Amino acid sequence: MSRYNFAYLDEQTKRMIRRAILKAVAVPGYQVPFGSREMPLSYGWGTGGVQVTASVIGTTDVLKVIDQGADDTTNAVSIRRFFARTTGVATTTRTDEATLIQTRHRIPETPLAPGQIVVFQVPIPEPLRWLEPREAETRTMHALEEYGVMYVRLYEDITRHGRVAQTYEYPVIVNGRYLMRPSPIPKLDNPKLDRSPALMLFGAGREKRIYAVPPWTAVKSLDFDDHPFEVEHWDRPCDLCGARGAFLDELIVDDKGGRLFICSDTDFCARRQAAGHGPRA
Amino acid sequence: MSPAPDDHPLLAVRGLAKRYGAQAGCLDVGFDLWPGEVLGIVGESGSGKTTVLDCLSGRVTADGGRVAYAKADGSAVDVLRLDEAARRRLLRTEWGVVHQHAREGLRMGVSAGANVGERLMALGARHYGRVRGRALDWLARVEIDESRIDDLPETFSGGMQQRLQIARNLVTEPRLVLMDEPTGGLDVSVQARLLDLLRGLVEDLGLSAVIVTHDLAVARLLAHRLLVMRGGEVVESGLTDQVLDDPQHPYAQFLVSSVLQP
Repeated sequence: MSRYNFAYLDEQTKRMIRRAILKAVAVPGYQVPFGSREMPLSYGWGTGGVQVTASVIGTTDVLKVIDQGADDTTNAVSIRRFFARTTGVATTTRTDEATLIQTRHRIPETPLAPGQIVVFQVPIPEPLRWLEPREAETRTMHALEEYGVMYVRLYEDITRHGRVAQTYEYPVIVNGRYLMRPSPIPKLDNPKLDRSPALMLFGAGREKRIYAVPPWTAVKSLDFDDHPFEVEHWDRPCDLCGARGAFLDELIVDDKGGRLFICSDTDFCARRQAAGHGPRA
Repeated sequence: MSPAPDDHPLLAVRGLAKRYGAQAGCLDVGFDLWPGEVLGIVGESGSGKTTVLDCLSGRVTADGGRVAYAKADGSAVDVLRLDEAARRRLLRTEWGVVHQHAREGLRMGVSAGANVGERLMALGARHYGRVRGRALDWLARVEIDESRIDDLPETFSGGMQQRLQIARNLVTEPRLVLMDEPTGGLDVSVQARLLDLLRGLVEDLGLSAVIVTHDLAVARLLAHRLLVMRGGEVVESGLTDQVLDDPQHPYAQFLVSSVLQP
């Protein structure tokens, strides 16, 4: 595709986004404003993630794109093809082969390695949204580390439901300082953020914000001393590969109430099946 | 929390001024507030009472003047020149603000318990059971039934909302409370109970308070001293009984004589 610049964006835009990324890495969890561009896909489909990926991708990178853990869903396929066309880099579905992983809603089950970069698509970057409507006020609250109101929300959850009912985009404190909304990943993935060997970049295109969790950074999920943070668990293994502790999707398979619970991470599940794991009796 | 030494006022206000364009909000307002004292500010609508209170709490930025506050640790600060972080910390810890409309002071979307616990959690309380315990404690002190702890303030009566707002402020045991028409919009019997409660709390906790009201009966019950304001200026000040029983300034005389006797 000689008509497009490498990775679609022009070099000045990439430069501007890289500067925002550097600042985000320097101040973990802090939302850096950036001049988000119009992209050839609609807001809500990953315009932020695509711009971050386009700014950090190089000719030797190997790209993996997932949507809800799957490599073969519309969003993942389109974005992977977009970068294959505009950069010519190699793509893969294997987590351990990829150097750059763009994701929506999940962190892969396969442990990440040093040197890998994970790019998250973020719909709403502000963790205090819905609690405080004024943007100027939420910025002041971040600046002054006034996060009491987030605990009000957890308090209210425990009061009404007996536990914190938030199951995705569960709020975290990054590096003991900034409150961060970890894009809508399930809270099962929250522990994977903590001291991860990989660099985590978060891009919100519509809201024009970039934030980051550098490798080996402490990420703590908010909780109370007497109601510690817990991840969700299933009382059954994956129906295809028998994995326990992975995030499972419920799949309706017929109109008689038949259902399967299967790994949402398709690469992880397929490779376990290839290695001989199967459903447990 | 040790009380401030008695030879220092808790709050010393000098030359406080605020203009809204050509309109005077308040002009050259000055007073001392001593530890344990309740100061009432009375006057008609538009006289600048609320502006004084808003300047103190930082809701509006004063144009000039000094507000010296003696902190619990003994140091003195000029509240008007504090940076944003220190000012907000002061408002969360040593000060409390009770608004005229409970909606402004409460989070209407969360339960009564969460409302009371908010200041505790903002100051670092991270034990759900203990936060809830303190909230129950304070609901009882402001005479709200403990069974209502998980109800939304929306479902409370006006008087209860006002009492909840008071509990939410007092839970961190502030030293100074600013109240703007705390009984406004309540019917008289509810007012009477709220006044009783406030009197008790002020006495028990050794609170200092600045209470803005247009209701002279409220001022008589709660305030030790009074400022009478008109057109942004303090026209008379003195002990409550003295001002109300023997007003000197023509406007103060007019104000006192305007009260209907049932």
